[in-house]
Amino acid sequence: MINKGNELKLQLVNPGILERYIKALSPWFCGAFISSLIIGLWFAIFNSPPDYLQGETVRIMYVHVPSAWMALFIYSSMAVASIIGLIYGHLVAFIYAKSVAPIGAVFTLICLVTGSLWGKPMWGTWWVWDARLTSMFILLFIYLGFIIVSKSFNDPVKGDKISSIFAIIGFINIPIIKFSVDIWTTLHQPATISKLDTPSIHIDMLIPLLVMFASFIFLFLYIFSIRFFSELNLRRYVAYTLSSK
Amino acid sequence: MIKRKKRIYLISLFFITIATSIYLILWALRDNIVFFYSPSEIQQKIRLKEIDEMSKLRLGGMVKESSIEQFNDGSINFIITDFDREMVVFYKGIIPDLFKEQQGVIAEGSINNEGMFIANSILAKHDENYMPPEVQDTLKKDYGDK
Repeated sequence: MINKGNELKLQLVNPGILERYIKALSPWFCGAFISSLIIGLWFAIFNSPPDYLQGETVRIMYVHVPSAWMALFIYSSMAVASIIGLIYGHLVAFIYAKSVAPIGAVFTLICLVTGSLWGKPMWGTWWVWDARLTSMFILLFIYLGFIIVSKSFNDPVKGDKISSIFAIIGFINIPIIKFSVDIWTTLHQPATISKLDTPSIHIDMLIPLLVMFASFIFLFLYIFSIRFFSELNLRRYVAYTLSSK
Repeated sequence: MIKRKKRIYLISLFFITIATSIYLILWALRDNIVFFYSPSEIQQKIRLKEIDEMSKLRLGGMVKESSIEQFNDGSINFIITDFDREMVVFYKGIIPDLFKEQQGVIAEGSINNEGMFIANSILAKHDENYMPPEVQDTLKKDYGDK
């Protein structure tokens, strides 16, 4: 007997059925992204106060911080998908990891560039090699390495396995990025939102930050849905050409 | 099922091995990964003769209240404190916007023979607090000037 929960689970690991679900959700992701981006930008640019020290420069944070969170979140989800893929052999786990990697890489790049633009007027330097900045820079290269490894095999099954192992090794960098500001002395400031006591950010600044974060999540889901279709079709094409030989 | 369990063990073992080696590398390099030293650490290093006038280093801490002295030629003198020990810093050059009293600061340079820190560049360190100016004013009113 298969109960309802198991049935859904079976459908979600079936690429064809999952494709239908994602196809139905994809336009909603796009709509949610655009509307939350408009609200988020309106809050961030017009309806939030300047900072007592940084002045108007604080507005860079509303892009910088969500993209940093996305970069860490996407890589962590890739590592989890890779572990699931290696243990259970689900194709969708491998397809997920492969299709979200470039999105994570771009968020990492956005985070580095906006951070640098903020650093010049605030710290007095574009870039320093402190633990937080360096580990984030390494994350960009881990993303690029994963993309290169995942594309360099003609046999997709072999490529999936090797790139998954690569993703698991790279995951070690994620806690290093997160805790770098606590373990070592850095120029970068420590965490604001995830402090154990109350976050030391004013509510008027927290709202635009969270709306922008939500908007970035929907952007991620929308791009993922597009990349998921193309990756799935690529697999179908490879399977078709292999079988017709 | 057996095969799956074996794979779980293999992946965990693999991950733990790599994580341990990375941990050991970072532990060995911990003195180089830190971005700056506090005045206490630098004074201890001077005592232990680990550093001399030739060593390039970064000193970080808080700018002590009303310790900034400005001279006519554009150079400044100020005190960096970690609320235990403090060091006098001499600097000539462009000062970042966030450089203020009772704010974090990092000075790059070296010590001279009188134990003074001669900085080549100054970086302002921002803290993790974000608030509008009005809130800062109320905080000052309620709790006094820190």
